[in-house]
Amino acid sequence: MIKIEKLHKSYPIGKDSLHVLKGIDLHIKEGEFVSIMGSSGSGKSTLLNIVGLLDIHDEGDYYLNDQLIKDMNEKKSAILRNKFLGFVFQSFNLISYKTALENVALPLYYKGMSRKERLKVALEYLDKVGLKDWANHLPNELSGGQKQRVAIARALVTKPKVVLADEPTGALDSTTTDSVMDLLKDINDEGMTVFVITHEEEVAEQTKRIVRLKDGVIISDELTKASKAV
Amino acid sequence: MFDLDRWREIFQSINKNRLRSVMSGFTVAFAILLFTLLFGIVSGLSNSFKGAFADDAQNSMRVRVWKTTKPFKGLQTGRRIQLKNDEYNYVKEEYANKIQYQSARIYKNFTLKYKNKADNYNIRAVNPAHQFLEKTIIDEGRFLNERDLKEKSKVIVIGRLVKEDLFGERPALGKRLNVNGSSYQIIGIFSDDGGDNEERIAYIPVTTAQMIYGNNDYISQIVLGYNPNLSLDAAIAFGNRMERDLRKKMNIHPDDQSALSVRNMAEANKGVGQFMGILYAIVILVGSGTLVAGIIGISNIMIFVIKERTKEFGIRKALGAKPSSIVGMVVQESVLITTLAGYLGLSLGTYLLSLIGNSLEEDYFIKDPSVSTGIVVGATIVLILSGLIAGYLPAKRAANIKPIVALRAD
Repeated sequence: MIKIEKLHKSYPIGKDSLHVLKGIDLHIKEGEFVSIMGSSGSGKSTLLNIVGLLDIHDEGDYYLNDQLIKDMNEKKSAILRNKFLGFVFQSFNLISYKTALENVALPLYYKGMSRKERLKVALEYLDKVGLKDWANHLPNELSGGQKQRVAIARALVTKPKVVLADEPTGALDSTTTDSVMDLLKDINDEGMTVFVITHEEEVAEQTKRIVRLKDGVIISDELTKASKAV
Repeated sequence: MFDLDRWREIFQSINKNRLRSVMSGFTVAFAILLFTLLFGIVSGLSNSFKGAFADDAQNSMRVRVWKTTKPFKGLQTGRRIQLKNDEYNYVKEEYANKIQYQSARIYKNFTLKYKNKADNYNIRAVNPAHQFLEKTIIDEGRFLNERDLKEKSKVIVIGRLVKEDLFGERPALGKRLNVNGSSYQIIGIFSDDGGDNEERIAYIPVTTAQMIYGNNDYISQIVLGYNPNLSLDAAIAFGNRMERDLRKKMNIHPDDQSALSVRNMAEANKGVGQFMGILYAIVILVGSGTLVAGIIGISNIMIFVIKERTKEFGIRKALGAKPSSIVGMVVQESVLITTLAGYLGLSLGTYLLSLIGNSLEEDYFIKDPSVSTGIVVGATIVLILSGLIAGYLPAKRAANIKPIVALRAD
């Protein structure tokens, strides 16, 4: 599903450049539940941004769904993101003036689905995350956990190949963290590839594979107990 | 391309941000309002100026004589100059192709009497063409004709107010009127846009006047309308030439304005034309300045708005929005606001102008101020274009920010 070979990325900082990713090789198969761990500055967010086509790599090859990602422009990557990827962000990134339902339906708008149909589909997904009764509430009327569940519904609504979650529990307390992780596990059980970035061991332990990143290189890549349990 | 979903997005965004939408709309509406008022008021001034000369034909000229103030060829100053049929015919033959209408004019003041009512009125003895030169409007009957002149008929055309004075509501046409002792038949009743004074007079044939009152061929003035095909400059040149020729013919010093002068409407028209031209130029300058200020105002607001919404655009892009859809959304919103607000300003402006109407005519010379369709259409196009520009440039920039940068924005 995701194949990365000798990936390099650096950011210019003044005259110098900061070498963030220094030759990453990573292969994630369909249906995996992977977490990337690392302290801040390890390059894990950069990796997720590149995987999520929100940023462009400098060197190396990146295949998404067997398609080489190269010479992307904003339009092409927008289409690919809409088709293959679902995002869950630490800060939820819901649009404040749209209701939960409209937020979930937004990716379907960019897919070109009719309003009636997309609201129907969005409601199904809201139901799935247990927020059907909150469909017509604005984000500021929801708790943090509820917002993140709306964001997860929004990530799932297009039936993406991969769900990318950047510190999905970073802004949540432990109870809601568990409910969000349970949700991600359910998604994975349904066969979707889930790719989580976190710096919390407890979160990482609930995934099936942990990739540890330090100073732009992978230092370990192992399966967890959770995967062995299955 | 009508995209209901797109419009829904736009109305949601406008509704969510009422204050800034209203503010940016206000800037444009105010600019257009000022623009409309400025244009309307100047057009009102222009109408007043045109109206001031509406009494007479736009192409009228008059040859007037008085006393000489300069000695010439041994003739002394203070000599009284008298126009006669000779000069009238000279002008008629000499400048035939430059003249549309020509009439002589003799001024008299007579008592007009009908039954027991009588009053003093100014009488003008004229030729039939005078009707067109003075823009006399015939309400009843007819104006003088060539036959009246040839037969030196005792016929009279009276003004609307003369009729009112002497006849009241009773019919006057065909009645016989006592003019300074002799009996004239009323053949017509006229009105005139030049005001009451122009309607409290009467016209009689010039030949009749010459025969009865002095038995000579004197005339007071030659009135004529130059050929409307002449340009203003050509008409002015014609007036100057006629003035020179007539002075030469009548042994008057070439520079003696007092003895003989040609009053030429072309000169006044040219002056008014130049004045209005300058006024319009100023208004266009000030008006476009106001518009530009409005456009800059909305551009500023759009830049701020887009800055504020950068993160939202980042989210939308992460969810699969193409840059073109973001630009389209912003531009459409901006065009919508500018067009609606501009239309509001325009409507308010035209409404205010219609309220003003003719109420300022007396004191401020503003008559029927209004804006022409051309101006309205032009302003609308400017509005839509400015909305496009105001929205497009900042939106294009925002849409090209990498989503990762946009998402980080706060």
